[in-house]
Amino acid sequence: MAGEKPQEPLLNVRDLSIEVATRNGPARIVDGISLTVDKGETLGVVGESGCGKSLTMLSLLGLLPNKISVIGGSAIFKGRDLLAMPHRELRKVRGGEIGFVFQDPMTSLNPVVRIGQQVMEPLLYHRNMSRAEARKRAGELLKLVGIPGAEERLDNYPHELSGGMRQRVMIAIGLACDPALLIADEPTTALDVTIQAQIVDIVKELRAKLGMSIVWITHDLALIAGLVDRVVVLYAGTVVEDAPVDVLYENPAHPYTRGLLASIPRLKDEGAEKLSSIGGTPPEPGRRPAGCAFAPRCPIARAECERAAPALEPLKGGGPHRVACFAAGEIAEAVA
Amino acid sequence: MNALAKTEPLLQIEGLTKHFHVRLGAFGEREAVVHALDDVSFDIMPGETLSVVGESGCGKSTAGFTILQLHRPTAGRIRYQGRNLAGLDEKALRPYRRELQIIFQDPYSTLNPRMTIGEAIAEPILFHKLAPKGEVKSRVERLLADVGLPVRFAMRYPHELSGGQRQRVAIARALACEPKFIVCDEAISALDVSIQAQIINLLLELQRKYGLTYLFIAHDLAVVRHISTRVAVMYLGRVAELAPRDRLFGSPLHPYTRALLSAVPEADPAYERKRQRQILQGDVPSPMAPPAGCRFHTRCPLATDRCRVEMPVWREASPGHHVACHLAEGGGE
Repeated sequence: MAGEKPQEPLLNVRDLSIEVATRNGPARIVDGISLTVDKGETLGVVGESGCGKSLTMLSLLGLLPNKISVIGGSAIFKGRDLLAMPHRELRKVRGGEIGFVFQDPMTSLNPVVRIGQQVMEPLLYHRNMSRAEARKRAGELLKLVGIPGAEERLDNYPHELSGGMRQRVMIAIGLACDPALLIADEPTTALDVTIQAQIVDIVKELRAKLGMSIVWITHDLALIAGLVDRVVVLYAGTVVEDAPVDVLYENPAHPYTRGLLASIPRLKDEGAEKLSSIGGTPPEPGRRPAGCAFAPRCPIARAECERAAPALEPLKGGGPHRVACFAAGEIAEAVA
Repeated sequence: MNALAKTEPLLQIEGLTKHFHVRLGAFGEREAVVHALDDVSFDIMPGETLSVVGESGCGKSTAGFTILQLHRPTAGRIRYQGRNLAGLDEKALRPYRRELQIIFQDPYSTLNPRMTIGEAIAEPILFHKLAPKGEVKSRVERLLADVGLPVRFAMRYPHELSGGQRQRVAIARALACEPKFIVCDEAISALDVSIQAQIINLLLELQRKYGLTYLFIAHDLAVVRHISTRVAVMYLGRVAELAPRDRLFGSPLHPYTRALLSAVPEADPAYERKRQRQILQGDVPSPMAPPAGCRFHTRCPLATDRCRVEMPVWREASPGHHVACHLAEGGGE
């Protein structure tokens, strides 16, 4: 839960910009993203493919692919700037104080190394444990993430486990060194709904037990509804809305968030005849319109939207609900 | 099924079975049989959307492929217009291939990267001789308009299009054959939410316009609730339950259906926090060694000794509502 006193956030990302080198010169993929994660808070980062949600988090860990680089901004984690840190120091943070879980456990686990060894690796590297200690701890970790027969599983190879079990192994690796922050990038997207429910459940349980902060990156607004405290919505490399979870789902103030929520078919409701959808497609990086990036698809766009990009600002009345839209105030009033 | 029973089914699937023989071990020294589809029977009514849902490996895609004869069945029949498709050779199948179409999950890998969109859509028209040469261009333009793409897209290549636009092209290609029946195999699963809604709306619109029948294979139950007439739930190669949409979502009889529905998250934070979920333990067993008795018994919260040995029969619990479960015997609830 977000604390009410203005304490220092655990992670404070300011004006992060990322560019990719293309044949036609550099293209901006992430354009001045700012977000914070408080201690013990679970933050949902939502957006469609290409909105920059994964790159934002990869950049914090120094894991950006070739040709993609950070060109500005800062990311203060526990008082130190991750983006300005020498590689050797960052290596101590990555997998130690910040754990991470990626979408596809089959490509993130080494197929020719036993899973016990892979869970032990961060313990050996960051904690200087002896092999015997690390192996014992690895068994405990696998039990913690709900792998049946955890100790015997240590000697299995990844291919001997199901997708859901592999993702549990990834979570065990992510949590091995008691990180203050766990970054989970679409960790359930490749899994079936019943397995997804298992994973979400285990993460909630571990969060209650260990108290770490979580950044959960996803495209699925339904999935994180019961999981996160706050949501940041990204569109075309910018934050368009940032709000506590209940506020975001009940009173979304950005037309994009509203469109996204309206286009999700709901299980509870009778099937409506026509789903509302957002026309058009997101702009490609490098071909972003001059003003608000969402303006070409926005049902309420007006002249000023094409001239300038709106800044992310608190809604009237202040508070934690911030929106980047010239019409946000009017929308919020109309809804209330 | 009172209203539906009066019309003839478009397709009748009877006892459809598909086993794959695979070789295991580093040198392929062990043989095994994957029971991808076992004794599956259902009718597909003209103009309906029959959705098939289930976890990966449940056989839902194999069902679609086998109905279209992209896989030849191990046993069983597929009746279409009085003919058993499973008994026809390739040549005799060809006219039926035109009428029975498929749209895949990933349009990028199904479109030829060296063909323009126009060429790709014209190809089936030329192959099946559906229009004289001089009219092909206007036919392609009409199809592009049908799927909501501007005519100038005919000159473009697949890599110049977004995922949603490519899926529109795949739909146009299927439509070009003037089909009666389309299998949508996870056709919207790879798309972003805002685009997904566009494609769902397009599929529904085309269904009304051309009287199409869909077999909609999907894993997203909320989408299925939105578009289906009837829904079949598959588990490990068998159909567990089949019912009209509102029956299946409103009063599911099979414990597996209930568990699946309970696992689907809703975009409603307050509801999600209060919700008591029934979470299935464990994973789907291997289709190479399906459990005896009811295939779901290893994960079923209600399983009894009978479920472990005796396979439940496929029966009609109430009109149009079929289920294979010993415990739903009394009609459920």
